[in-house]
Amino acid sequence: MLANFMAWIDKRLPVTDAWNKHVAQYPAPKNFNFWYFFGSLAMLVLVNQILTGVWLTMSYEPSGDGAFASVEYIMRDVDYGWLLRYMHSTGASAFFVVVYLHMMRGLMYGSYQKPRELLWIFGMLIFLVLMAEAFMGYLLPWGNMSYWGAQVIISLFGAIPVIGDDLTLWIRGDYVISGATLNRFFALHVIAMPLVLVILVFLHILALHEVGSNNPEGTDVKQPKGSVKPEELSKFKFHKQYTDKYDIVDAIPFHPYYSVKDIMGVAGFLILFCWVMFFAPEGGGYFIEAPNFEPANGLKTPEHIAPVWYFGPFYTILRVVPDKLLGAIAMFGAIIVLFLLPWFDRGVVKSVKYRSKWHLFNLIQFAICFIILGVLGTLPATPVANLIGTIASFGYFGFFVALWFYSKNEKCKPVPTRISH
Amino acid sequence: MSNVPVNNGRRRFLTAATAVVGGAGVVGVAVPFIGSWNPSARAKAAGAPVEVNVGKIEPGQLIRAEWRGKPVYVVRRTEETVNSLAKHDDKLRDPNSEEAQQPDYATNAYRSIKPEFLVALGVCTHLGCAPTYHGGDYEQFVDGVKDGFFCPCHGSKFDMAGRVFQGVPAPLNLMVPEHSFTNDNTLLIGVSEGEA
Repeated sequence: MLANFMAWIDKRLPVTDAWNKHVAQYPAPKNFNFWYFFGSLAMLVLVNQILTGVWLTMSYEPSGDGAFASVEYIMRDVDYGWLLRYMHSTGASAFFVVVYLHMMRGLMYGSYQKPRELLWIFGMLIFLVLMAEAFMGYLLPWGNMSYWGAQVIISLFGAIPVIGDDLTLWIRGDYVISGATLNRFFALHVIAMPLVLVILVFLHILALHEVGSNNPEGTDVKQPKGSVKPEELSKFKFHKQYTDKYDIVDAIPFHPYYSVKDIMGVAGFLILFCWVMFFAPEGGGYFIEAPNFEPANGLKTPEHIAPVWYFGPFYTILRVVPDKLLGAIAMFGAIIVLFLLPWFDRGVVKSVKYRSKWHLFNLIQFAICFIILGVLGTLPATPVANLIGTIASFGYFGFFVALWFYSKNEKCKPVPTRISH
Repeated sequence: MSNVPVNNGRRRFLTAATAVVGGAGVVGVAVPFIGSWNPSARAKAAGAPVEVNVGKIEPGQLIRAEWRGKPVYVVRRTEETVNSLAKHDDKLRDPNSEEAQQPDYATNAYRSIKPEFLVALGVCTHLGCAPTYHGGDYEQFVDGVKDGFFCPCHGSKFDMAGRVFQGVPAPLNLMVPEHSFTNDNTLLIGVSEGEA
């Protein structure tokens, strides 16, 4: 009965084939470690954001007069409204935790290198859209930090010569941030950006499955056809799209092996996530900032405007540069260099395990600088903080510059052709 | 394909013509989408001038008015403050107000119509925060300057004529909006004299 039904469907839409190609017969390297949890976790959080977001719009009122009160209404009067909102706000921070770790994984194991450049670029586009999505979402509660945070970020576009002022006016749709700005951000946050995000995630996965997954050894599980002895081939059945062109070694089907492993990751993640959501939903003032508990007030700037933690690194780079235009350029530049990472790295060895000490040191200093920049972004701008921030900014950009120089003739250890047992 | 009756020249022409006409259509249809983001007629109408009574401001006191949703700072500067304005020109980015951050009638040593009244937008020229007024305790920020404005967001500093100090992120002096006095005690923000 079910078999007949599936046959009927498959004749009209290749569902079983797609399932096999991308899930049940997708060859994934057998040595995925802890760092490989974060891709599937990012998808889980995306689903959480979409689902809770849809439910929140049912009670939220996107207007300058009603937004703040409607969030309080959700928190106090709507059954489980508080939970849906905290799922959404905690999910926003969790999204960035997961995505930053996912990106770090890519850095460590060279997952951006040829032939995965386009895969990396799709990932970076997702990151960019995610930042826009988070920024617009943060305006919606219409608290005072929402307001002034948006004021600061939109003013960044005012740094562009000649058209800057008109551009900011156009983005706001008013002389100041107002209900008009709120409404358009709402439209973008709930419709435009999520659509783009979902399409990009789809392309990201398609591109991944075209080139195949990297792994902690940085080897390739797809070997040229005919180059591997039959007894060394992977014993599992993979989709013919892969086996027609390649000999597959050291791989296991994504399902059930990694679907089960990822469920373990989900369980661990949800324990942490729920702990934050139930016991510290404001994240100590880092997930939901204190001034956001009073309504937006265009005449009163909070004592200290700090972005939500996940924008911290880029915000610090912006403000350590004592020039408006150059600061904005440095901030956007910090994201652009990430896009160009596959071309900054001229090496051929992927995994940090087999690369030089220089690379290991460079990666560690980059991670430390990134964290320092993030912490500083949430602290007030003092001369000492600015000095440290300047040094860390040099560390951030220095990673890419140094990489370009040493990767050309880097002394690496020999990379094994096979993943050891 | 070679014996298929295709006129490649005609096909190229039609493809190009369709692309050009279609492209023009796309540009045309983009106009309403982009245009709808401009400030609406309602937002423009809300930008009318506002009247402020300055007669009751004490020397050294700052009051905030609201114009187009932005804070406007009105300060009655003391004589001492007015006289001290010229003493720290070397620490400023634009001491002579050469950038067009004020109407012509405020392009002077005080950046105002009357030396005692400073009228400036309380909007930092860096990223739009509201600088805080420090009357009398400003030396913690700039040596030898008694009063001024300090932006808590990114540490930009301005003197009592709204002129920006060097070495801070803000690039320009505080904006002086168009304004005029209808009589000794009434300030009109948003309109120059003779325009109303």
